[in-house]
Amino acid sequence: MSDGPAAQSPWQTVTIRRIEKRTPRVTSFFFKLSRPFAHQAGQHVDVRLTAPDGYQARRSYSIASGPEAGEMIELAIERLDDGEVSPFFHDIAAVGDEVELRGPLGGHFVWYDGDGGPLLLVGGGSGVVPLMAMIRHRAARRSAVPVALVFSARVWDEVIFRDELIGLNDRRDGFDLVLTLTREAARRPADYSRRVDAAMIEQSMVRLPAPPRFAFVCGSNAFVSAAAQALIDAGVPAGLIRTERYGV
Amino acid sequence: MVTRGFSSGRKPPTDADARIPPGQYLEQGFPVLSAGPTPRVRTEEWSFTLKHGPRPVKKWSWTEFNALPLTKMTRDIHCVTAWTKFDTAWQGVLVDDILADAGIEPLSPFTLALSFDGYTTNVPTKDLTAGKAMVALLYEGKPITPDHGGPARLLVPHLYFWKSAKWLNGLQFTERDEPGFWELRGYHIYGDPWREQRYTGDP
Repeated sequence: MSDGPAAQSPWQTVTIRRIEKRTPRVTSFFFKLSRPFAHQAGQHVDVRLTAPDGYQARRSYSIASGPEAGEMIELAIERLDDGEVSPFFHDIAAVGDEVELRGPLGGHFVWYDGDGGPLLLVGGGSGVVPLMAMIRHRAARRSAVPVALVFSARVWDEVIFRDELIGLNDRRDGFDLVLTLTREAARRPADYSRRVDAAMIEQSMVRLPAPPRFAFVCGSNAFVSAAAQALIDAGVPAGLIRTERYGV
Repeated sequence: MVTRGFSSGRKPPTDADARIPPGQYLEQGFPVLSAGPTPRVRTEEWSFTLKHGPRPVKKWSWTEFNALPLTKMTRDIHCVTAWTKFDTAWQGVLVDDILADAGIEPLSPFTLALSFDGYTTNVPTKDLTAGKAMVALLYEGKPITPDHGGPARLLVPHLYFWKSAKWLNGLQFTERDEPGFWELRGYHIYGDPWREQRYTGDP
């Protein structure tokens, strides 16, 4: 609306085509773009809602789908009880609804398989979303880049994309999933049940054939602060670590 | 385009609404955003350098810098991720007072803020002078914590907050408006929240 012709990523109307519950608090929304764009794994979009009185609310959401997913993009939206946009998606939005979206945005927290690896990914809760786009990108490209994902969730049922991640892990093609549950016992033999720490990062890096070339850390601010410090304590050079912090 | 089923929690307009730029919402907390891990800069190692291009003009230690006049600034701040926070209270050294201590007038129309972690951001020099910006040392009366950019951060409250570089260690006068870290990665070259200049190409 306020965007002139020069804007690189103007607002566009997108349509919800599919809704899929991922965990009790996270639901994926698949949007058909009216103006398809090519995004990089790790980028985000802004979503804008408009009330009849003209009031607008906008939030940034990471794209969960890989760049190869075509004209549909997936956003995995966590319900925040005191929010104003996520409750709309969880309680009201239905297939066929239209919202406005702008993107793709962000040029730092991104990875392309041509960038190489190994890759160390560390996600907390919904912070796994942009990392998932990287993992899906790798799978779609049949890339041989070694990737280790350390994914922290409170409980087993809050492990977003759990079946898909375990399926990719079981291919044994260089993608390694390390789950850590902070409020429940570990379910898989090599998993953990504690917060991410330096020892866990060191042990996870052993699964990579060489030290990571890039490290991406995403989650709440508290999670990212602690996890980034764990990486540094485990010997990952600070200059390799890229972070993305969600909300408050 | 009106979104089906979305109603605003908007109450009748208040004085507060006039302080919230378009597309922003009011935040009571103080979210933290940064591109990498939080550097821990010890004040014994801290220094601040004023540069003209590659040439250092003057350098201050932590002790020397803290001897400069301290000014209070209480301002609303606006993050490009859409939160606005009212009445954040800072104390620090006005860029005017830094220039005065160095005995110079602005040396060029553009400035690049430089940080310990390699972060940079560009600001027109006129947006830093005339009392508009400071190098903040205290937040709400206490030393700024590392996650909020301590020991010292730039404060340019009238622009989106990515311009207020954390872990600041220098200001560099440049002849051209040289895009900084986020400006090279899709964010607006100037970043005025009232004109909603979020991303490259926004008018």
